[in-house]
Amino acid sequence: MTMLDQIDRRIIAATQTGLPLVEKPYAAVARTAGVDEEEAIARLQRLLASGAIRRIGVIPNHYALGLTANGMSVWDVADDAIDQAGPRIGALDFVTHCYERPRHLPFWPYNLFAMVHGRSRAEVQDKVARIAELLGASCRGHDVLFSTRILKKTGLRIAA
Amino acid sequence: MTRSRNPTEQAIINGLQGGFPLTRQPFRDAGAELGLSEGEIIDAIGGLLEAGRISRFGPLWNAERLGGAVCLCAMAVPPRRIDAVADIVNAHPEVAHNYERAHELNMWFVISAEKPALVAGVIAQIEAETGLKVYPMPKTREFFVGFRVDV
Repeated sequence: MTMLDQIDRRIIAATQTGLPLVEKPYAAVARTAGVDEEEAIARLQRLLASGAIRRIGVIPNHYALGLTANGMSVWDVADDAIDQAGPRIGALDFVTHCYERPRHLPFWPYNLFAMVHGRSRAEVQDKVARIAELLGASCRGHDVLFSTRILKKTGLRIAA
Repeated sequence: MTRSRNPTEQAIINGLQGGFPLTRQPFRDAGAELGLSEGEIIDAIGGLLEAGRISRFGPLWNAERLGGAVCLCAMAVPPRRIDAVADIVNAHPEVAHNYERAHELNMWFVISAEKPALVAGVIAQIEAETGLKVYPMPKTREFFVGFRVDV
């Protein structure tokens, strides 16, 4: 966990809705946070290096870009195989999120989740087949849960 | 069809999902990489936001690294109750997103709280309000999180 002071928190608050679209966006953030531009940039560099900021850039809206098929592929991978399998699945260029999660037996046997987006369900299924091939015998079963409706979508809550 | 036919927008979406410079005039510097002027890139990002083709521009904070907690949860909701249960679940400000999915576990939502200790309380409240079991699916390991959208 990254230790934050009050100035860091003010910088987070100043950027939670995004960077201002002006020639010197960090100077604008700095003013809101009550520091100078140089300090705001230095702190953002530190927060990026520590992983508190994942990345800085545009966050695409999948649906608006035509990637309307959203499949959560879930896999029952042998416990002794997941150390090796997880990073390999996460490295596939069409997987946007990849996590290990707990099983809820007997109801839910799946412990590896890989999110796959595509322009159609068929495209997602093709990609899922590639994951299945990669996992081979270490996978005892899988499923793909397509989203049928977005019920809510807002940002994460960050203490500021 | 919403595929980008505008090369400027395409260059920004493909080229700027990360790595936006931490410099005094970052739009100028990012534009130089993409062959765009400072004004062009500022206007194009504004246009993409307005059109909803990007949902956000700026630093993507890692809530967990900042002391917060994020937990995926699933519920098996009887289909006739799905809208009513969605209203109850979504009324919690800690529920960041909620998707209906085609499965017996048909409601999948993410709880995002400023402190890890708050997650269990939200789950207990949702269970009490809906009479349905919530299956918490916190991540135990992260193999990749990112966006690799190519337009």
